[in-house]
Amino acid sequence: MTKKKELTEVFIYPDWCKGCGICVAFCPSQVLELGPDGKARVIKGKECVNCGFCEYHCPDFAIVVKTKPLLKNYANHAQQGQKAQPQK
Amino acid sequence: MPSKVKKPNRRNERAIFALGNEAVVEGALLAGCSFFGGYPITPSTEIAEIMADRLPRLDDGVFIQMEDEIASLGAVIGASLAGRKAMTATSGPGFSLMQEHIGYACMAEVPLVIVNVMRGGPSTGLPTSPAQGDVQQARWGTHGDHPIIVLSASDVHECLEMTVRAFNLAEKYRSPVILLLDEITAHTREKITLPEPGSFEIFTRIKPSMPPEWFVPYEESMRGVPPMPPLGAGYRFHVTGLTHDVHGYPTSRPEEVQNLMQRLFRKIDQFFYDIQFVEETACDDAEILVIAYGCVARSAHLAVVQAREKGLKAGLIKLKTLFPFPRPAMEKLMQHCRVLVVPEMNMGQISREVKRVNNGRAQVRTLNRVDGQIITPGQILKLLQKV
Amino acid sequence: MAEVTQLIHHYLRHNKKFPHVLCPGCGHGIVLGSLVRSIHQLGLTKDEVVLVAGIGCSGRIAVYTDFNTVHTTHGRALTFATGIKMANPGLKVIVIMGDGDALSIGGNHFIHAARRNIGVTALILNNNIYGMTGGQSSSTTPQDSVSMTTPFGQMEKSFDIVELAKAAGAHYVARSTVLHVKLLDRIIVTALERPGFNLVEALTPCHTQFGRKNKFKTVVDMYKWYKKNALPLDALAKLPEAQRNARVPIGIFVQEEAHSLEDRYVMLRSRLQEGAS
Repeated sequence: MTKKKELTEVFIYPDWCKGCGICVAFCPSQVLELGPDGKARVIKGKECVNCGFCEYHCPDFAIVVKTKPLLKNYANHAQQGQKAQPQK
Repeated sequence: MPSKVKKPNRRNERAIFALGNEAVVEGALLAGCSFFGGYPITPSTEIAEIMADRLPRLDDGVFIQMEDEIASLGAVIGASLAGRKAMTATSGPGFSLMQEHIGYACMAEVPLVIVNVMRGGPSTGLPTSPAQGDVQQARWGTHGDHPIIVLSASDVHECLEMTVRAFNLAEKYRSPVILLLDEITAHTREKITLPEPGSFEIFTRIKPSMPPEWFVPYEESMRGVPPMPPLGAGYRFHVTGLTHDVHGYPTSRPEEVQNLMQRLFRKIDQFFYDIQFVEETACDDAEILVIAYGCVARSAHLAVVQAREKGLKAGLIKLKTLFPFPRPAMEKLMQHCRVLVVPEMNMGQISREVKRVNNGRAQVRTLNRVDGQIITPGQILKLLQKV
Repeated sequence: MAEVTQLIHHYLRHNKKFPHVLCPGCGHGIVLGSLVRSIHQLGLTKDEVVLVAGIGCSGRIAVYTDFNTVHTTHGRALTFATGIKMANPGLKVIVIMGDGDALSIGGNHFIHAARRNIGVTALILNNNIYGMTGGQSSSTTPQDSVSMTTPFGQMEKSFDIVELAKAAGAHYVARSTVLHVKLLDRIIVTALERPGFNLVEALTPCHTQFGRKNKFKTVVDMYKWYKKNALPLDALAKLPEAQRNARVPIGIFVQEEAHSLEDRYVMLRSRLQEGAS
């Protein structure tokens, strides 16, 4: 896990977000806020330290933190994610 | 159901001197039962005891004693979902505890067999005496509208035969099947001949035969009985006690709920001819018809024979299927009858069904006894002579 | 990090409607995510996993996952799981229950499953309340808290699930909160790897039915309460004794080796067959 900034991009699926605010409250870099529609949105994407808190704690599986190197080849990455290889 | 195909090989047959409860075990093992989950209760305990000795000796047999009857039937449902032919045995108070899971098995369409050896009730009642007081409970015990199959047996050989049939019906119609015995039938020791394996027709549930991606777990069909995969075979689906749609997912949409409930009833009702067993004795010209089941049917049999000797035109219908109530078979026989006599060891449970089917045509006389003693042939004969 | 959410999506049923039915901020979804990650980490296939759920909010999460799922009756999930595991020991049986489910109506089944060491992983989602029926007190509702059926405060003492499981003879007992999700992942993975009965208690907040009536303004406050009060066992030991009572210990409480019931059954069977031949 890298702690360097600007290597990640935070995505939110608003349709799945219920606006509980856990991600907003606990993000160490205040990357997120609750928008006027009551759903989480990214305001300071560049500040993300890739700690993964929001992704691990979103009860509705609505946040994806994508790391930049993977973003270059996102389609390829999505496929890998679906194959779901065991990590061990 | 002895097969006509093969001439039985007498050398392989084994005569045993067995209790009704022992015959239940023999029947279950013959039918392919490989899982028993139970809790001790008089007068059904011998079934659990013998199962505990027999099942671990089989390659895949499992016996487990659970913490109560609710858990027993829960484990049986689990085992059946995992692909086993599974059963439990109990008596009145335990049967009351099982009602919750009988409903679950109806809703989730889980094949299983419950043997209820009836004793005097209500509550703890008469633990070591016979009764037939659980008949309507077997039909309507669990909450909500539901179809169910209830069988009974009147002697030791029938215990074996009806247990095999109970498994066959459970597997064929994906339904819980209740076998009602009474303390006398369960604790009578008689000589029976164990049939050789293969001489009984054995039915095993139909599994899905399409690739898993196309499997719809509760799909509508003419038969109304969807194929059932065991857990872990690649057909992943959701099993629930909630009303569900064809995919097994919970639903409360009126039309989906209606479809489910109608199919559950249809799958049993439309095959009544395959489910309803009655045995007729001297019924062809009978004017007085005795309708009996369980141990009382044996008394009734003797009473009818004696009545015939005295010149009375008496006949006997022995009910081996109690529910769905064998209406078509009964109606045919009732047409030329003057009197219907219903002896039973309760305050009148099957007589309700008889009156319903009879619909006021013949006179219905009940003979009820609830003191923990059997209804004797003499009692029945006396009533036959009176009417 | 990107693999976390996408991995979970892979294990969800794609023909189910999302987001799921649970309230905003409910921790049950976090437990579900943790369970999915643990199953994935162990390399278990979807087909060999059987998820058995009880009744209540916790019972509702099984249907969303693409495993073999069985939604049972209230409190009886462990009995179904016992039957499934004994009938087919090759399956990985995981039971999801709520606190009322496992300890009130299913208390008897719970202690007996622990005692007989049946090879299932029991996951108790403890939110201290009956959520689905509208917030009545359960056997884990803390003393003096307010619920719909204890409007003047709960008078009865509550169950400590960990202590109960220990006393009933469970060989693996662990607890985490949904905030301490790394710990939750770790204890679920260990539980799934081990034979026999393994208990994992996940503390999960119910703001809708419990928090609102007990001075938590938002669901986030409940997570903050976990952050402040849930302490790993070693950290707790360092605290002065007077401060320990108010804290909730998390971590692994019991970890012992023992044969599971289904293993013992296999041994019995081979012994009987040797004797016969």
